[in-house]
Amino acid sequence: MSKITSLADLKSIKAFVEAKMSLRERSETPESMVQIRVAMATCGIASGAKIVMDYLITELDKRNIPAIVTQTGCMGYCYAEPTIEVTRPGHQPLVFGYVDAKKADQIIEKYIKNGELLDGIIPVNYENIEGK
Amino acid sequence: MKDLALHILDILQNSVTAGATLVKLQIEEIPSKDEYLVKLIDNGKGMDAEMVQQVTDPFFTTRTTRKVGLGLPLLKQNAERTGGNMAIKSEPGKGTEVDVKFVYSHIDRLPTGDISGTLALTVSSYPAIDFIYSHTTPEGTFIFDTIEIKETLGDLPINNPQVIAFMKDLISDNLKEIKAS
Ligand SMILES: Nc1ncnc2c1ncn2[C@@H]1O[C@H](COP(=O)(O)OP(=O)(O)O)[C@@H](O)[C@H]1O
Ligand code: FES
Ligand SMILES: [Mg+2]
Repeated sequence: MSKITSLADLKSIKAFVEAKMSLRERSETPESMVQIRVAMATCGIASGAKIVMDYLITELDKRNIPAIVTQTGCMGYCYAEPTIEVTRPGHQPLVFGYVDAKKADQIIEKYIKNGELLDGIIPVNYENIEGK
Repeated sequence: MKDLALHILDILQNSVTAGATLVKLQIEEIPSKDEYLVKLIDNGKGMDAEMVQQVTDPFFTTRTTRKVGLGLPLLKQNAERTGGNMAIKSEPGKGTEVDVKFVYSHIDRLPTGDISGTLALTVSSYPAIDFIYSHTTPEGTFIFDTIEIKETLGDLPINNPQVIAFMKDLISDNLKEIKAS
């Protein structure tokens, strides 16, 4: 029988992650990493936001891009779900609509890695984004 | 919503949006009583009686970005379709409790879906909020408590991708162990 993951395993994972992290990464503040927020209100969830979030976490890690991916409530773009907000260090946040795994891949390769713009950017007045 | 886990994602997010600092999710599978129970308890801002009344009406939402709320009415409908029901208790300033009962053996009971992923994504998104998830079957009870996790993590952030992957494995292995359906 295979071993069941337990809380005790977290200690070794912690040691492993900390050993793997370079000094540079360790000193990385959230502001110096790529930050992505995935809109996870009912309409986002119903249109596949969870799959997009899973994909982003796994792929950014695989591609060695330090990033923090979190979910958030309604961002207010029902018509364009799933939507994500991407903030590259030192840049204004950009919101992308109709994101699926394929689109997320392009966002990583073009926008996150190289700062290239691509289709599907939702023009926003950033002051209004925090869905109220 | 195509499975139960997505509904859970939705109601956990409701609790977060309501400003909760502690969110408890309890799932109980009782085949002997033909019940599959989901209970969510939060200490968020709560709702008054009128709002509790309105909240399962599909044409009600406090949000201004679209005209209808969807999450709770859909969940209620999916519970009722199995012969079960949904009840909400809430008090302004205190918190909210959502109780959902599905009939265990009913053919229309939603597939369970990715509960472990749902929990891992939600708890890693809100490091300042504590989540306690318990799941009981005739085989036993599994408890996932972020207070414990964060103690072990120390200053390693809970949103680290390796930690997220660990939490998924922890939950899914233990759910298998208690033969969660
Ligand atoms: N746990 C909760 N605490 C306080 N208010 C809640 C909670 N869950 C839902 N509500 C209220 O009920 C409304 C309807 O919720 P829901 O059906 O999920 O639709 P939506 O979140 O899309 O508005 C929310 O807008 C919110 O005002
Ligand atoms: S209600 Fe649709 S995106 Fe918020
Ligand atoms: Mg909701």
